Parts: sequence; structure tokens; C-alpha cells
Amino acid sequence: MASKDKIQHDHNHDGIDRRGFLRCMAWAGTGALCVMQGGVLKSYALGRGGDMGKIHKGELAFVQISDSHMGFDKPANTDVIGTFKAAIDKINALPVAPEFILHTGDISHLAKPAEFDNVEQILKSAKTSEIFYVPGEHDFVGDDGKGYLERFGKGSKGSGWYSFDKKGVHFIGLVNVANLKAGGLGSLGSDQLEWLEDDVKHLKSSTPIVVFAHIPLWTIYPDWGWGTDDSAQALGYLKRFGAVTVLNGHIHQTMQKVEGNVTFHTACSTAFPQPKPGAAPSPGPMKVPAEQLRSLLGVTDVHFKKGQHALAITDSTLG
Amino acid sequence: MSRWGILAVILTVVTIAFPVLTKAAGEPATAEIKIDNFSFAPQTATIASGTKVTWTNQDDIPHTVVSDDKTTFKSQALDTDEKFSVTFSKPGTYTYFCSIHPKMTAKIVVQ
Repeated sequence: MASKDKIQHDHNHDGIDRRGFLRCMAWAGTGALCVMQGGVLKSYALGRGGDMGKIHKGELAFVQISDSHMGFDKPANTDVIGTFKAAIDKINALPVAPEFILHTGDISHLAKPAEFDNVEQILKSAKTSEIFYVPGEHDFVGDDGKGYLERFGKGSKGSGWYSFDKKGVHFIGLVNVANLKAGGLGSLGSDQLEWLEDDVKHLKSSTPIVVFAHIPLWTIYPDWGWGTDDSAQALGYLKRFGAVTVLNGHIHQTMQKVEGNVTFHTACSTAFPQPKPGAAPSPGPMKVPAEQLRSLLGVTDVHFKKGQHALAITDSTLG
Repeated sequence: MSRWGILAVILTVVTIAFPVLTKAAGEPATAEIKIDNFSFAPQTATIASGTKVTWTNQDDIPHTVVSDDKTTFKSQALDTDEKFSVTFSKPGTYTYFCSIHPKMTAKIVVQ
């Protein structure tokens, strides 16, 4: 699979080999999974990286980080502060400084004020102008998100959803970790869905859309809660748009899927890895030899070039 | 043996036996549920009314114990080795889950 890295069929002249994607997905074989590490999209991103040193007018660079789990201290990683700092160092060493950072949740491990404080403090050394957050289920522990919203909820609605625009790209932060029901997956809820429908109603279909939320908005592995019960309705509102990118966290490993005009991507954690779907009895922290840990943690760099069909997404590990 | 002797024996036996019998009757029944690998074990616990159930989190990630209606019982987040107890008096079936990882579901049947 990795040997077919060259773009062979570029029908849309946007650097994406869709036939290559389908071949890759078929090879991966197990239906919902498509691991794109070293696959066509990544090569595309790296290939375009030749001129990554300069950011041109109309271009946008930002970074996604996820699952810092500040406060976690078990054997899988007894130094989440250290690995979080390493992630910031990685971001600061990027050839193009990101205009902002998206944190896709599980900022804290137990929603404690000191945990949120630590993350905000460490992020102050990131060379970027703004940090945007969406919560993970760990950020809502104990107080149903009251502490999270007091700290990060300004300007947001309901359990913390909001949208903003940067250089013509429309960003939508969704919350799918509130009011979770027994036996369920992630959940957006009718209030948020109503808001979303309205939020995108007047946008031109050519507007690039980036949706970011903690739990994956596509069904990766329901037994482990890796999916969102009502995401189909949300994606329905975005069907008419030419380029939609969905950035998620929660699963502590990178995974990617392309479906029509929608690219789904999950990021690594900066704290600890989790097993591949079904590869372990449960999705808990995965212990690995110390020297391997940082190779399973990482950040995601995203570039948007005006006029191009999809965003260029590059995952980098911490070691 | 004289009748006083018999009475003495009876009183001695009762004096010794009485505290033991009342102690056994007075101690509440208990039940243990282990939380590990994102599951509750046993997943269905059948207990007698009046039993005190104690959950212990043996997983390396925090979990909660919350009744499906989110009001009957609701624990704080339990980190590794932390416990939560509920005494069930009313017979019935109590379904519950982990509010952080809602795919973790289980039930208590109180007879």
C-alpha cells in the first residue's frame, strides 16, 4: 500500500488521487477503517511542502492538538506535562507558524481547575495568536462542564459550540460529549443540530468548511464508543459544500477517511496512545516501551490554499 | 443433674449463643463490583434487599457509576482504586452506566 505514494489520477487537478484512496481503503479491508499514514494524502501534503516555508496571501496554516489529559499519571505516561511541552516545541519548530491552534478536547483528565490551568500555562509558550477549544468527555467530568464553560465557553452556545471564519474558511466547533446516554455513542443533540443548520444556511457552497469536535463524527468502532449517534444529521447540513474537513480526537491515534467531499481525520494524543480498534480488550491507555512512547504521540499541521479542493493535513509524531 | 444445674447450663449456652446470633443477623449483606477494562463485573448483580454494593475502579482510567435516570445514584469520577457504595433497599432492576464512557452498561437486580 505504501509503495503507491505517487499521484496517478488527478482528475480534479487538486493533488488528490481518489482512485488511490479507494485502492487504499479496499486494501485496509475492514470497512470503516482507512489508515492513511504514509498513504496518498500524506504524500500530497509533503509534496506540497516544498514551498511550505512561506505562507502566501489567502493561505491559512493552523495546528490541531488533542487529548492532552493533563493530570493523567499512570504507567502509560507518567509525564503528560513533558510530552505536552514537547508537542508545543514541535509546533514552534514548524516551518510556517500556525495562525491558531485547535484543541479537540480531553484537555484535562478529571476536569480539575489545576489541570486546565497547566494546559493554558504551557500553551502560552506556543508561537501562535489564538487557541480554540472544544471539550472532551473528561473535561465534563463531575460538573457537567461547568468549569470548562466558565474557562473556555465565552461566546459559545449551549454546551460550548460556536463558529468563526478565518481567511474565507468557516470553522465550526461542535460538542458531542454532553448529556451522554447509557449505551450511547457521542451525541450532538437537537439544539446544537438546529444551530448548525442555521449557522451554515447562508454560506456559499464553495466556502471551505472545517468542523472540529472531540469524538469522531464518523463511526469507527461503536463497541468502544468511537462514533457519534446523530452525526449523520450534521453531515447532511454540510453535504452541499465543496470541501468539508472534519477534525476529531478521542481515539489517540491518527485515522482518516474520505467520503465524497468530506475528509475525516483524527489526531494523536499528546498524552498516551490507545490500541487499534479491537486489538485489545478495551480502549484504555496503551503501555509501550518508554523509548517508543513519543513515536505514538503527535500533533497535526493543516494548510489551506485558496482554490484547492481539500486541506493538506500532515501528522507529526513527537519522537 | 439437679434442675438448678440444668437451668445453669441452659443460661450459659444462651448467654454465649445470643450475642453470636444477634451479631450475624445485624451485619448488613455486602456485594462487590469490580470496574476494569471498561466494564463492570459482574455485569448483572443479583442481590437481596438491604445489600450494600461497593464498586471499586481497578482500571487505569477514571469511571463513574450513574443510574440511567442520572438521579437514583451518581458517583463522582472514580480514579484507580477509588470506591463508591450504595445500599439498595427497594426491590427492582437498576440499570446504570459510566457517564464518561456510556457504552459501559450494567444492572443490579434487587430481590
